[in-house]
Amino acid sequence: MDVAIVFLPLIGAILAGFLGRSLGDRGAQLVTCIPMVVAALLSIVVFFDVALGGNAYTTELFTWIDSGAFELSWALRVDTLTAIMFCVVTVVSSVVHIYSVGYMSDDKSIPRFMAYLSLFSFFMLMLVSADNFVQMFFGWEGVGVASYLLIGFWYEKPSANAAAIKAFLVNRVGDVGFALGIAGAFLLFGAVQFDAVFPQVEDMAETTISIFGMEANALTAICLLLFVGAMGKSAQLGLHTWLPDAMEGPTPVSALIHAATMVTAGVFMLCRLSPMFEYAPIALDVVAYVGGATALFAATVGLTQTDIKRVIAYSTCSQLGYMFFAIGVSAYSAAMFHLMTHAFFKALLFLGAGSVIHAMHHEQDMRKMGGLYKKIPVTYTLMWIGTLALVGFGIPGVTGFAGFYSKDIVIEAAYAAQSSAGGFAFVMGVVAAFLTSVYSFRLLFLTFHGETRADHHTFEHAHESPRVMVWPLYVLAAGAVLAGAVFYGPFVGDGREAFWGDSLLVLGSIIEDAHHVPFWVKASPMIMTLLGLWLAWYMYIRRPELPGEFARQAEPFYRFSLNKWYFDELYDAVFVRPAFWLARGLWKGGDGAVIDGLGPDGLTAVTQSLSRRVSRLQSGYLYHYAFAMLIGVVLLISWYIFMALR
Amino acid sequence: MMSSWPLLSLVTFLPLVGAAFIFAARGDDAVVARNARYVALWTSLITFVLSLFIWFGFERGTADFQFVEKAEWIPSLGLTYHMGVDGISMPFVLLATLLTPLCVLASWDAIQTRVKEYMIAFLVLETLMVGMFCALDFIAFYIFFEGVLIPMFLIIGVWGGARRVYAAFKFFLYTLTGSVLMLLAILTMYFTSGTTDIPSLMEYGFDPALQNWLWLAFLASFAVKVPMWPVHTWLPDAHVEAPTAGSVILAGVLLKMGAYGFLRFSVPMLPQATEFFAPLIFALSVIAIIYTSLVALAQTDMKKLIAYSSVAHMGYVTAGIFTLNQQGMEGAIYQMLSHGIVSAALFLCVGVVYDRLHTREIARYGGLANNMPRYALVFMIFMLASVGLPGTSGFVGEFLVIMGAFQLSSWLGLLVASGMVLGAIYMLVLYRRVIFGQLTKDDLKGLLDISWREKAVFAPLLILAILFGVYPMPVLDVMSASVENLIENYQLALGEGGSSSFAWNLISR
Repeated sequence: MDVAIVFLPLIGAILAGFLGRSLGDRGAQLVTCIPMVVAALLSIVVFFDVALGGNAYTTELFTWIDSGAFELSWALRVDTLTAIMFCVVTVVSSVVHIYSVGYMSDDKSIPRFMAYLSLFSFFMLMLVSADNFVQMFFGWEGVGVASYLLIGFWYEKPSANAAAIKAFLVNRVGDVGFALGIAGAFLLFGAVQFDAVFPQVEDMAETTISIFGMEANALTAICLLLFVGAMGKSAQLGLHTWLPDAMEGPTPVSALIHAATMVTAGVFMLCRLSPMFEYAPIALDVVAYVGGATALFAATVGLTQTDIKRVIAYSTCSQLGYMFFAIGVSAYSAAMFHLMTHAFFKALLFLGAGSVIHAMHHEQDMRKMGGLYKKIPVTYTLMWIGTLALVGFGIPGVTGFAGFYSKDIVIEAAYAAQSSAGGFAFVMGVVAAFLTSVYSFRLLFLTFHGETRADHHTFEHAHESPRVMVWPLYVLAAGAVLAGAVFYGPFVGDGREAFWGDSLLVLGSIIEDAHHVPFWVKASPMIMTLLGLWLAWYMYIRRPELPGEFARQAEPFYRFSLNKWYFDELYDAVFVRPAFWLARGLWKGGDGAVIDGLGPDGLTAVTQSLSRRVSRLQSGYLYHYAFAMLIGVVLLISWYIFMALR
Repeated sequence: MMSSWPLLSLVTFLPLVGAAFIFAARGDDAVVARNARYVALWTSLITFVLSLFIWFGFERGTADFQFVEKAEWIPSLGLTYHMGVDGISMPFVLLATLLTPLCVLASWDAIQTRVKEYMIAFLVLETLMVGMFCALDFIAFYIFFEGVLIPMFLIIGVWGGARRVYAAFKFFLYTLTGSVLMLLAILTMYFTSGTTDIPSLMEYGFDPALQNWLWLAFLASFAVKVPMWPVHTWLPDAHVEAPTAGSVILAGVLLKMGAYGFLRFSVPMLPQATEFFAPLIFALSVIAIIYTSLVALAQTDMKKLIAYSSVAHMGYVTAGIFTLNQQGMEGAIYQMLSHGIVSAALFLCVGVVYDRLHTREIARYGGLANNMPRYALVFMIFMLASVGLPGTSGFVGEFLVIMGAFQLSSWLGLLVASGMVLGAIYMLVLYRRVIFGQLTKDDLKGLLDISWREKAVFAPLLILAILFGVYPMPVLDVMSASVENLIENYQLALGEGGSSSFAWNLISR
């Protein structure tokens, strides 16, 4: 069954990709959507069997690489962690596949799009079911390529091409870390299969390694290298710059790849490797700091963006920060919980935004929207649900939307960790919760409320999306409302021990502690959310002139946020331009002037000038030659004598 | 049954027979040209089929030379005709026999002048390449090794582009300088040991002081052939001027000769010197990876770009060989085979559009995805294989080399791995500028997608590039025993010499 789940999407991708022309648009949609939906149904069965029934297993396919001790197979490891990811990936992917039928209906290369989507799903499923580092790397790079292809799907747009390449390269930087992490793990443990590595971790926890000129704890170093990979894929501070640009891709892609699944691969990876990270406390602290900083950073940028998709992209980045700092305080189950609920509500928000964009004839600028709630009431309602789930709206102790449960447990866990990293993450998380609320409601108010700023024609023709686009959203909306309440028990509640089984390793009792934090800690996210709601309402509905006023008053801060903390400019100046400059310099200077100049070309020139000079020596006078011969003879004889005397 | 045949000699010299047939052809030019094409194609195909018997008859799990043929040659000098393959050389024989028919097919329409001579040159080239990988006698090896230069020189010099003479000259100058030094080294070895038999020389054990000189002389020859930085500048020029099929063979097989030389001679015969000079190789390899990747980025000519990428990829190979551990060496050999497939295919990709538009200028293209979708797909797959995407053959070699390098030194691992990013930059940029974007240029709009003949050329390479990425075991199985044996003997030799500083112990428990 697990084999079917993973390979059905691949079959769909191959059929649509290679036979797209003969199948036609409708055919391509069918051969990709049907396998995907079947895979989703099977995943739910697997979830009941493996996660709730506790039957973890591994299916070995065949040997992949065997080079000395470096041996590994293609294998599917299905445990609770994988079962959750199976469900998240296949359900969101099915929804996005079906939604795309409507969203992309007037595109000229539908089969290609559907093939890419299915191909992505295949790689993602391979990633989450890997039983060794290298297969995970296979899926990891595979989703990167699929993401590259989908971001650059509209290949005639230069901006889309640039964004695609940027995404691939920034991810590759992270992947170098991942690859070296794998190399380190192989060096330390002599194996790359999880089953062979994990049991050894405890014994190796104190081993040191000399790495990059330092004597360091081996496990910490390896975990940090692996974390660099996770940072790239999950767009954490420093390696996040590709994610907002990735919004150049079609909106369904943003929902599937850049919100629900691929970007959470880093979170999944760290959870999968919890048996290693648990013995590397310094690495965990780093994860917590980076996660906390990202949560805040992305939220501040989200405040000022005007492109509806970019706001949601930064929101994704920020929420990923939450997941990471949860991991940083060993609350893996809370991170996975947030990952799951986030997949629902963020995909909902993106697809809702897609519906808005569809209605507005591909207008993405929120400054040219407003007042749309009358025109597209269903989308409007769904966006409200998504937003309430994102900001974590709920009544403490009673009930709430999905994000309410998952975000609260994450923040509580950070507080409960009682460490400086945990404290940092807690503060960042609470402040970011406030900012999340502000930018989320800002988006809602700017898009749907107030007087419209769209031109008359566009506004009049704004229309609700077709049913094939709306129905999938109901599935996600149901998840955004219910997933928190339903899965709280098994994920982080009383059923957690039985639910997770051996798939996670936690040394402390962080989740237990998180349940016993003071009331003010539990209440603070909700208070922040309400404050944010009030501020957004005040600034964008009550006094719509206020934001502009504020931007003028605090110009430097506004610019700093609007320009995303100038990361792109910095990287451009430090890496991109010097690389091109160096490339030209090395080519013209290094290869051209130095190597060729001194080498073959120089040799030619020297030979030519020598022969010219030699020809000048050929004066034709006999005594010149005789004299030259004499010198030669003298030299020869003296050399001979010298050698003989030695 | 097959094993009693002189299979290696058959595979080696069959192309010569075909060449002789073509040579004998007389008559109307068009008829001769057509006959020459068909004879070349059939000869090379039959050779390939024969070479498959080597593949299937090869006994896995042993490091011995197989299919050995031995006969008196020049008894007064102690020279014998000695052929045989082990797990290291055998895959390259297959690579050469596979690529030759594809080259003939790729030249089908592209070459219209002196077709007869062209086909003869290719068949002779095949004989020399295969012979080089099979030869177990030093002098025979040297003859094949250097003989390869002649047809290649002619292919570039006669059927090449505008600056073909400069390129051919540069190619010849570099490679010949190296060869002279290698010949000196071979003669020295002969006078010291009294034999030119390669298996005997492997066991001879040269004086460590002499080893260093011999090693450097070999380096001079092999480094040019690889090519390693800084003696690589002949390669871009040679590639640019060579006809498509010439580039395919050059990148596919000829670049592997240098690295093969390291594996066959430097490491097993001169272990102490190898240990001593390994850091030098690492330095040159790392420079090759980083430097040429950057230079590739600045190129405006498609073939030059791919030529520079070859230098960078060969940097992985040389680094991998001198890690002297199982992962690094197998990775290096695998990378060579994969590069033989992938870069050959990339040159064919360039050839496809060159045949249509007669320019290699990147800026002249753009937006080909619109009217050549199948070509775009093929190019995409090879582009991804070139950047080492997991699931393609490029990944296995690259990743194993990184694993091997990291075991020696984390810095080496990091620097080698930096090629993962740098290599991706220029390939993605190239692909974007050629394939993506809007189709605005008028002369591009009329281009037709790849033909059946072109598909037939790409299909085997495409299948291999993916198959060897997903299931590399057949190839790894073939080489593992030989590589293991090589490493064991190497360590044994070092143990006797009393030198063990090579083990840069990374782990202290």
